[in-house]
This record gives sequence, C-alpha cells and structure tokens, in this order.
Amino acid sequence: MEIPSNHRNEEQPEYSGPILFYNNDVIDHFTNPRNIGELLQNETDGYGLVGDPDCGDQMKLWISIRAGKIAKIAFKSYGCPGAIATSSMLTDLAKDKTIEEAKRITDDDVVEALGGIPERKKHCSLLGVLALQAAIKDWETRFRLQEKKTRDLPRP
Amino acid sequence: MIYLDHNATTPLDPRVLEAMMPYFKDNWGNPSSPYRFANRAKTAVEKARQRIAECAECKPEEIVFTSSGTESDNLAVRGAAYTLRSRGNHIVTTSIEHHAVLNTCKALEAEGFRATYLPVNSTGAVDIREVEESLIPETILVSVMHANNETGTIQPIKEIADLAKQRGILFHTDAVQSTGKIPQPLCKLGADLISFSGHKFYGPKGTAALYVRENTQLAPVITGGLQERGFRAGTDNVAGIVGLAHALSLAMESSDKEYTRLRELRNHLESRVCTVISGVKINGAEAPRIPNTTNLSFDSVDGESIVLGLDLHGICISTGSACSTGEPEPSHVLLAMGLSPKEAQGSIRISLGKVTQEKDIDATIHALSKTVNRLRAISSV
Repeated sequence: MEIPSNHRNEEQPEYSGPILFYNNDVIDHFTNPRNIGELLQNETDGYGLVGDPDCGDQMKLWISIRAGKIAKIAFKSYGCPGAIATSSMLTDLAKDKTIEEAKRITDDDVVEALGGIPERKKHCSLLGVLALQAAIKDWETRFRLQEKKTRDLPRP
Repeated sequence: MIYLDHNATTPLDPRVLEAMMPYFKDNWGNPSSPYRFANRAKTAVEKARQRIAECAECKPEEIVFTSSGTESDNLAVRGAAYTLRSRGNHIVTTSIEHHAVLNTCKALEAEGFRATYLPVNSTGAVDIREVEESLIPETILVSVMHANNETGTIQPIKEIADLAKQRGILFHTDAVQSTGKIPQPLCKLGADLISFSGHKFYGPKGTAALYVRENTQLAPVITGGLQERGFRAGTDNVAGIVGLAHALSLAMESSDKEYTRLRELRNHLESRVCTVISGVKINGAEAPRIPNTTNLSFDSVDGESIVLGLDLHGICISTGSACSTGEPEPSHVLLAMGLSPKEAQGSIRISLGKVTQEKDIDATIHALSKTVNRLRAISSV
C-alpha cells in the first residue's frame, strides 16, 4: 500500500518520544554514560551497591580517594534511561570533589545539573546519591580499620 | 522511521481519510436534524452501521457507536452491571484485561459490586474450567478480552461464550486488539457484547463501537439525547463513523492475506532475535496469538531503556510495562503469567502492521542487538 504521509522518513529521529520525554542532556548521559565501568580492586577505596533489580533499578559505584578527594569514580547501572542518566551525572558531579563536598550532593543537584527530568522519574536520581553515600561510608569504615591496624601495630 | 507499535495505534489509511472528507467539508449536518440537508449525514451513519453489520455478521441495530475502545468497555461493563443489579452483584473477569475493563471493575467494586479476577497460565491464557468454577448464582457478567494487547495471546472466547449462554449470564469480550487482525467475523466469537476501536485497524482515532446483542439492556454511561437508541447520547461523529466502517471493511477484505504475511514476519523476527541475541524469552509463544504481536524479555536490561535506545535509531516500539505513577510498575499482564518483576521489567512489545516489510524487521534486529549489548555492558546486574 502507499505509505501515508505520517510515515515519512525522518533523517533526525525525534529525541523526545511520546512515552519518555527526556531532554537532550539526559539522552546524552544515557547514550554516553560518563565514568562507566568498574575500578580495579587495588584502586577501590569505597564501594556502594544500592537498589534492587526486582524493584526497577540497581547501581554499583566504586571510588578511589587520593588526598581526601575522589580521584576516580566508576559505576554500572541497571534501570530505565532516567536511572542510567542520573547515575552518570552523579559521578560527574562527585569527581574531584572532597569527601565533605561529595557527601553534600543531593538528588536535586543531579536533576538540576541534567536540566530537569520528568516528575515520575525524580526518584531515579536518588539512586546515585545513595550509592555514593554508601561508597563513602564503605571508605570510612575501611579507613578506620586501617587506622586501627596502624595504631595496633607493635612499635619497634 | 520504522513504526512497530501497531497495537498502540495505526496510521490512518489514505482511502479511509478520503471517504471521511465529504463529511467534514460538505455534509456537515447533524444527523438528528429534521431537514433534508441533514439527511445526508444520517444516511451516511446508517450506511456505515449497515457496512459494519455485514463485516461483523450481525444486525445493523446491534451496533452502537462510541468514542473509544475504553468507552465501549465502560458501556458494556458498567451498563450491564447497573442494569442487572437487581439480579446479582458479581462480575467475572481476568487479571490481564486492559485497564478500561480492570479499572471499571475496580470502580464497580467500590460501589458494592464484587469482582473475580481470574488468573492465567504461563502462556497468558485463562482456563475455561476456572471460568466455570468462578460462576455463582449472583454472577451477572463475564468479561474476558479476545486478544491481549501486550502479548497477543488469544483467549478461548467461543468456549466461554457457550458456557455463559448455558448459564444465562451476559458475556462481554474486548476485541479491540484482535478486530481486523483475524479473518473471522466478529460475531462468530459468540459474545453478547463486543468492543472494537477504529484506530487499531487504520481507521481514525476517537471512533469505536460496541456490538450489543439484540434485546440486551444496558444502562447508558453517557446520558443525554436519544442517539444510538438511548445507549449512547451525543451528536454522532459522522465522519469518524464513516471512517470506522470503511476501515473495518478494508481490514476484513485483506485480513486473510495479512494474517499469513504478518505471522510469517513475526515468526521471522522471533527466530532472528533468538539467534542474534542471548538471554531472550518470548512471552506467550506457546499460546495461539494474533499474528502481528511479539513480547520479548531480555536478561539484565530494562525495557524502557531498550525502547529509548531503539527510538534513537528511529524505531518505534513499546515496553510491555507502563510506568504510570512514579514507581516503575512492571506489566500486570506479564506478572499474571508468572514472570518475575525483573523479567517483566526487561520486556518489550513489538507489533507489526501493514507497512512492515522484512527489511524493517532486519534493521530492527540489528538495532536491537546493538542496544541490548550496549545496555548489558553497562548493567550492574
């Protein structure tokens, strides 16, 4: 049959689909997530795992701390485009920040940095924040253990 | 653009648009008006009714025009419930119905009716024995959809119709997703009430109908004037009704050939997906299905991310799940079939149509494989 006019080929597909309504920055972070991957075990100072695949999304996050700053950060995410994009943006925001600065990053900061996200996807942005806090907490625990070990070392 | 979401809607067939145009431009009279000019509109509506009746193999006066599949479902379920209230308050339906039926039953429950939501097996089909066991003396209506919109699974409608008839219980089927896709007149389904909607078979949006078996009483959902013999008030959507009838007869004319063609294309798609991509499950593959629909679950990726990934390749598909209220809610249909929330979350629906060619399928497989591989590479699961 003849192809109706609303079936015309479009060279540039529309980025805002009828279900998704994400802006171009969100699409960009979904398509090219920053800091994606895992850190090697010997460079990982903190690791966070949050979310539950059965509830929709999950994130793993690795940090490497040098001189009190987040020198390296990496993540992997399972979830909707909103979860992937906000996770990616969170790692961008946290990179090179001091621990204290990183702790203060909120889900609203992530949404704002992305230039907004659909209302029903706002909860996604909490995933990265919680993963980062978990990784920092993990680092603090390891740091204290290390300090304790150093303290308890028999002095020469 | 490659459009593979024909279960959501279809493009208007240019021939249908052409048939509708005179009723926008020239014959714009109100069919209920008393002068000759308006008669042309009235005649068009009655001709359309006649034409639909021929396709459906029923009497013209058994067709009631509505504005949507949802309205048809509401008229059937609410209309029957209110009319038969004095006889009983129990409704039997399934857990995989369209929300037009499910949420109407829930609303009726809040008004004091009782509803049984029958389970389905792993292929998405209801068991006729379970239907039988659910019937009680207070049962006034059974409503079971013909083909499911997410998986395409076809329900044993004829058997349920026979059972309901034996028990003297009114039977409604939502045939919105199957009408025009199966080479069989609607009334062969044997139901007392049948919903169908124009935009699912290349007709205009905002046009639908409910088949109402003669001598069936239904309380109207939209009250007002006496249009549609009191079943549905409101000035007739003349051009839309003309389009609905034209679209249905075109769909039925080509349904034999299209049925075979689409089934072969769909099967080609499914076998290619399973060859090219690992960790895929076809949902409802073992059940009889409408020929154009496939529902696929992918391990370790989210369906909405696949949909967006394909959108970026210019390909339109949808998720099996609809994220409606903030929290992502996996598809009630897939969960009812026994899929885990994670499997349901990782599902997509691809629905083919009459513009779909084999090259579209091959391009889709290519894009799908790239998208799924990329998402799996970044997935934490």
